[in-house]
Amino acid sequence: MKIHEFQAKQILKQAGVPVLQAIVARSADEAAAAFAQLDTPIAVVKAQIHAGGRGKGTIIEHPQQHGVQLVRSAAEAEEVASRILGNRLVTIQTGPEGQRVRQVLIEQGCDIARELYLGIVVDRAAAKPVLMVSSEGGVEIEKVAARTPERIFKEHFDPLAGLMDFQARKLCQSLKISGPTARSAASFMKNMCRAFVQYDCSLAEINPLVITGAGEMVALDAKINFDDNALFRHQDLVELRDLDEEDPAEVRAANAGLSYVKLDGNIGCLVNGAGLAMSTMDIIKLHGGEPANFLDVGGGADADQVTEAFRILLGDANVKAVLVNIFGGIMRCTTIAEAIIAAYKTVGFNVPLVVRLEGTEVEEGRKILEAGGVDIITAAGLTEAAEKVVAAAA
Amino acid sequence: MSILVNQETRVICQGITGKAGAFHTKHCLAYGTRMVGGVTPGKGGATVEGLPVFDTVIEAVRKTGANATMIYVPAAFTADAILEALDAGIEVIVAITEGVPVLDMVRVYDAIRRSQATLIGPNCPGIITAGQCKIGIMPGYIHQRGRVGVISRSGTLTYEAVWQTSNLGLGQTTCVGLGGDPIVGTSFIDLLERFQADDETEAILMIGEIGGTAEEEAAAYIRQHVTKPVAAFIAGRTAPPGKRMGHAGAIITGGKGTAEEKIAALRQAGIEVAQSPADMGAAVQRALDGRR
Repeated sequence: MKIHEFQAKQILKQAGVPVLQAIVARSADEAAAAFAQLDTPIAVVKAQIHAGGRGKGTIIEHPQQHGVQLVRSAAEAEEVASRILGNRLVTIQTGPEGQRVRQVLIEQGCDIARELYLGIVVDRAAAKPVLMVSSEGGVEIEKVAARTPERIFKEHFDPLAGLMDFQARKLCQSLKISGPTARSAASFMKNMCRAFVQYDCSLAEINPLVITGAGEMVALDAKINFDDNALFRHQDLVELRDLDEEDPAEVRAANAGLSYVKLDGNIGCLVNGAGLAMSTMDIIKLHGGEPANFLDVGGGADADQVTEAFRILLGDANVKAVLVNIFGGIMRCTTIAEAIIAAYKTVGFNVPLVVRLEGTEVEEGRKILEAGGVDIITAAGLTEAAEKVVAAAA
Repeated sequence: MSILVNQETRVICQGITGKAGAFHTKHCLAYGTRMVGGVTPGKGGATVEGLPVFDTVIEAVRKTGANATMIYVPAAFTADAILEALDAGIEVIVAITEGVPVLDMVRVYDAIRRSQATLIGPNCPGIITAGQCKIGIMPGYIHQRGRVGVISRSGTLTYEAVWQTSNLGLGQTTCVGLGGDPIVGTSFIDLLERFQADDETEAILMIGEIGGTAEEEAAAYIRQHVTKPVAAFIAGRTAPPGKRMGHAGAIITGGKGTAEEKIAALRQAGIEVAQSPADMGAAVQRALDGRR
């Protein structure tokens, strides 16, 4: 689960990670009031959307306006906020349609001496969380990793013990931080690692991480993602979810216990199991088609779930044909066949439907489909199914 | 021979009184697995499918001689269930449960690596030695005693592969689903080592997917240590970066973990890579017929 920058900063502040003073504004008036309240000669207005690349991104309705801007007066804060709020911000991560900005963060300006990078993820290969820092702040860390990997420094840490003092000292040395700033940095890093574990994060990233003129380490930006599987023990975090930032079809699918990812093609896919669902997309592409989605109905889908899955697939106007690919294991082919017939009758199909069934009770399942009185193209194998659905969508 | 489990393996089910636990216990029994009992805290003394239920794993081990377990407890309690099995001296721990928090697995993984036990999963279909012992949720009837060892990060895609090798008459020795999570107990390499040492296994089929670097590490290992023919398939060639494809582990991040990188690494190690998921069985056949 993703959250906004302002929410991430509130969490970090509670965890003892220094952030700048800031106020969220949902209207231009609020932005002006926020500037006045901060009592600062300079502030930054920052559009709050989940996607990254906001500083370089532009507002569709005001192409000269970026998603992040320095302001020097309440009037200027109001003006900038009025251009951003309610409008759509396009960044490298949003796609051309952009994302509507519903709130801005008005943050106190700061005197920047150095810009660094800090990120924490779980390193799969090491099976441990890892703290990464870099002397190259404010740029994409992937680029740093590709071009100058020697400028990234890593320390794995035990989730229970957290980051040890010596590890913080090593990282400070690598970043050429010394004296009182090293003490500020060590506390910053240790608190970040503790927060990562405490809140079951899957990603915590500060970019840029700043050393101020006064020698303090401060989080200028903040990005936190949570492990969805751990949300059951963080009910307070669930409230931070912003459904406006998520794809409505994906949200709808998740509510029905389906795993759905929208793609750009025209062949809808309904499959049981994530690996088989990915492979189904692959084989469609291999035969010259373009999948419209990834959709895993899971191991124990019932008629209601399959019906909802069809509704989601057919709700995508790009879909010109649908491929159902089921390898019945625990889920019987008869169950899925009955669900297909029921869904077909409830939802009302306007595109060709290709069905490939294999596995438990496959013969009975095929008979149900034949006797169902609905117009279905059946396929015996994976290759045949892919060829037929690509032809049907053409 | 086979790896990890066979007709002698004595299996308990943790979470046996739950819906999934009871259902799959029944199917494993029907397959011929030597199920010897179950565990549900607070339900000791009950019976499920004629099997005794115990309050703790240690009690189940003492009274039944169990040396393997399959775990169906809810995700919130899975780490505890795995560590309980480990503490009780269980050798093969199969965690079927999906949705286990990744930081729970960091702690569990450490404990497993310091022990002699094998953890398969979580979020996996389980392990099966064809005709002898099924521990998990896979449909038993598609398996056929034979020559191929199967290792996979996926569930239904493994069934597809098993089905293809059965139809070609190749059959399987043991099939293991590693699980779709970022941190799982067993790696491709752990099992490659076992299959290489297993007399009955003549070829190995590896089914990977996007995300992480497990397949690349396996390719490097195969180049050095595996002399048997290996075939592979990687799911997710068409998956876009940054989108999680169902499995928590199946995500391309920061340009890493793409199918193309994995396929290139596998090919470089001399592995026969299936182009299409319909080609997995045939790829094993080619690997057997061809080189090495």
